[in-house]
Amino acid sequence: MSTNTFSTYETAWCPGCGNFSIIDCLKTALDELNLDPHEVLMVGGIGQAAKTPQYINANAFCGLHGRSLPAAVASKIANEKLTVIVDTGDGDSYGEGGNHFIHNIRRNVNITHFVHDNQIYGLTKGQASPTSGEGFVTGVQVNGNINTPLNPMLISIAAGAGFVARAYCGNKEHLISVMKQAIEYNGYAIVDILQPCVSFNKVNTYAYYSQRVYELDDSYQPFDKVAAMQKAMEFGDRIPIGVIYQEPKPSYHQKNTVLKSGKPLIDRPDDSSIVNKFMEEFI
Amino acid sequence: MYNLLIGGAAGQGIETTATILRKALKKSGYHIFTVEDVMSRVRGGHNFSLIRFGSEDVLSHSNKLDGIIALNDETIELHKDELNKNGFILCDSTLSSNDPRTIKVDMNEMAKEIGNPKVSGSIAVGAVLKLFGEKIELAGDVLKDNVKDQYLEMNIKAMEKGFQAVEGRFPHLEGNVSLSLMINGNQALSLGAMASGLKFYAAYPMSPSTSIMEYLASKSDEAGIVVEQAEDEIAAINMAIGASFAGVRSMTGTSGGGFSLMVEALGLAGMAEIPLVVVDVQRPGPATGFPTRTEQSDLKFVVSASQGEFPRMVIALRNHTDAFYQTARALNLAEKYQIPVIILSDQYLSDSHSTVEPYDLKKAAAIYAVKPEEKGEYLRYKYTEDGISPRLIPGKTNNIVAIDSDEHDERGWITESSEVRIKMMDKRMRKLEKLKLELQEPEFFGDEAFKTLLVGWGSTEGPIKEAVESLNRMGKGKFAALVFGDIYPLPQKLLREKLALAERLINVEQNATGQLADLIREQTGISCDSNILKYDGRQISGEEITERILKEVQR
Ligand SMILES: Cc1ncc(C[n+]2csc(CCOP(=O)(O)OP(=O)(O)O)c2C)c(N)n1
Ligand code: SF4
Ligand SMILES: [Mg+2]
Repeated sequence: MSTNTFSTYETAWCPGCGNFSIIDCLKTALDELNLDPHEVLMVGGIGQAAKTPQYINANAFCGLHGRSLPAAVASKIANEKLTVIVDTGDGDSYGEGGNHFIHNIRRNVNITHFVHDNQIYGLTKGQASPTSGEGFVTGVQVNGNINTPLNPMLISIAAGAGFVARAYCGNKEHLISVMKQAIEYNGYAIVDILQPCVSFNKVNTYAYYSQRVYELDDSYQPFDKVAAMQKAMEFGDRIPIGVIYQEPKPSYHQKNTVLKSGKPLIDRPDDSSIVNKFMEEFI
Repeated sequence: MYNLLIGGAAGQGIETTATILRKALKKSGYHIFTVEDVMSRVRGGHNFSLIRFGSEDVLSHSNKLDGIIALNDETIELHKDELNKNGFILCDSTLSSNDPRTIKVDMNEMAKEIGNPKVSGSIAVGAVLKLFGEKIELAGDVLKDNVKDQYLEMNIKAMEKGFQAVEGRFPHLEGNVSLSLMINGNQALSLGAMASGLKFYAAYPMSPSTSIMEYLASKSDEAGIVVEQAEDEIAAINMAIGASFAGVRSMTGTSGGGFSLMVEALGLAGMAEIPLVVVDVQRPGPATGFPTRTEQSDLKFVVSASQGEFPRMVIALRNHTDAFYQTARALNLAEKYQIPVIILSDQYLSDSHSTVEPYDLKKAAAIYAVKPEEKGEYLRYKYTEDGISPRLIPGKTNNIVAIDSDEHDERGWITESSEVRIKMMDKRMRKLEKLKLELQEPEFFGDEAFKTLLVGWGSTEGPIKEAVESLNRMGKGKFAALVFGDIYPLPQKLLREKLALAERLINVEQNATGQLADLIREQTGISCDSNILKYDGRQISGEEITERILKEVQR
């Protein structure tokens, strides 16, 4: 651990929280990919999970609740040499940031999105999140959650994501491997990471997941969209983890006519002769 | 100076006819100012364009007409009272007008003979050129640029027919502006941003700001600018902030409704000290308001928008020259002070065309902040004397750059320390003290020995100037005016100096509550004696200000 250049600081998480294994795995993944801290940009919104960028020795953009994706994709547009990773919560990603979630799948900017899915709002002390199960009782959902839980994997595949995976923080080796694949994928990659919140979620516990989670093996091929959607819907007594869907697709940088021809935006010099030419069109 | 109105229903080709006419008149050497009065619909309704032209500077529009090109009866009904005694109404013979000033031409018939009903606009262009003593050759080149090749010949023929169909009415006036630009406010603003090194623009379509995004997009490949249509305005501003953080000059633009959605992120730029320019092209509110019309009612909103306190700057655009230079300056100031700078424009300025001197690109060039030295531990939010901390770009050095929307320490790490909070807050707010030293004072014009001082801001500059000139000419008293461009923080030096000399202070604004008067009172304790306010979505004209001062104030 100590040789890892991404290690730094004390955290403000509850003992036993699933976030600890996630951050450990992330540091290991980054280290194993031979990235340098200054090449990596961690972007978070607001929440317990969203504090992750604060606890890693890398560039950090800790923005607003729900708004990490737009800031992250634009950073990548500005400087494609940065490895941009959004690391944040389920409420941040699917609730407050739901609109950005859907539309950034469509943009397909080459960034990675790790969602710490604890099926609850942790920082605000335990209200239902978009992924909370039906009947889930909280201080607000006092008679149990009556809303249908959102299936982030199914939505991602339906909206056209090219890399869709689920992982579980209780299986670190597997999580590291999925994280590395996601970071290396060329395009928008989402990993929904099942994460027990020991303080506020008394339903989706380590025991709950350990009984249900199973690793997808080679018998499952993640390249058929319809089969992948079926797999994504498996979320009950058995919960598959691994890459659920994968498809090579041209990324934003490969599609955008300005970006695909030439240097990263940040390295382009100003050219007043071209502005002069535009001005002359008004004479 | 002449003033011409082209009116009809949406979809009748007013815009094309007006475009060809203003370009032809500019070729003839005129100074030009045009206004679009457009309803928020694609077909039907009543739309019109005003083209005011003359041999001297034309600062704004006027409602006194020398000519009307009427494409339907409604145009004549609505505007004939604004027409001068010796003015004309040019229309097709089938229209029912019996006003003695009407000149009926068989435009529709002629167009049919030529072989395409759509060329009737060119017939009108030919007739108008003749009526104002212009040469027909003038419009030939303009047509070439604005009409597809296969239709060119029939349009030229149509123009000649129109030219022959009427007698000359007004003499040609000598002008000298053929080398100037004719540009609208949003185009001027976009050019200014590009001259100042803009590399990223994110926005969500909203009238009257959309044409900024469209113009930039049309040039994006050539200029190497990424223009991104965001999924909403919240995304747009957070994108602009993200790109700016990563080191490229970024801007977003919207109107009041979209600005409302951007407000939380405006505070993020303030807190995280990320350079950002936000353009608010105002339209009447609240809510959806009047989508295609004009107002100056977002001033108090933008100077205080977002929770908490942070340094910001607001620059109002007064005219098409400001639109270029002040946008470039806004990007430079945002970078220098690491703050959000808001540009206030409005529909009147953004859609109107004006002839202006070609812009000096050197004066608009990007001034980049000096790269900080890399010595010792890098502190993104280092406490400094002027409050401006060394800003490194992530990935460009071996240092780690961390920014945070939570209150943070010098390294950019979250903190709840009361001591750090106070120091950090003071550091941020100190930047304003330095900024105040380089504010631009309002523009002063009128009689040096004035008794009555008008105050205004933004795009009412032209109308206020015309009113001051005409009031002084009439000998109804001695008038002068101060018109603010930099408006927040409010520059006070000239204001206090001139106020000490004024017997009466009149606030002129395009809103219902007198927001500038409020701001002046809040910042200086000085109250205005009266307000000339207009909030019907149509820009106040010089004549209107003059009349209302004589009626409501001068009494
Ligand atoms: C605009 C806004 N609304 C509400 C909040 C309060 N808030 C902070 S975090 C959060 C939810 C966090 O949930 P999640 O993203 O799942 O993160 P977790 O704490 O569970 O890791 C909320 C509602 C806020 N900071 N900003
Ligand atoms: S509240 Fe829940 S999610 Fe947050 S740190 Fe504690 S256990 Fe983890
Ligand atoms: Mg959560």
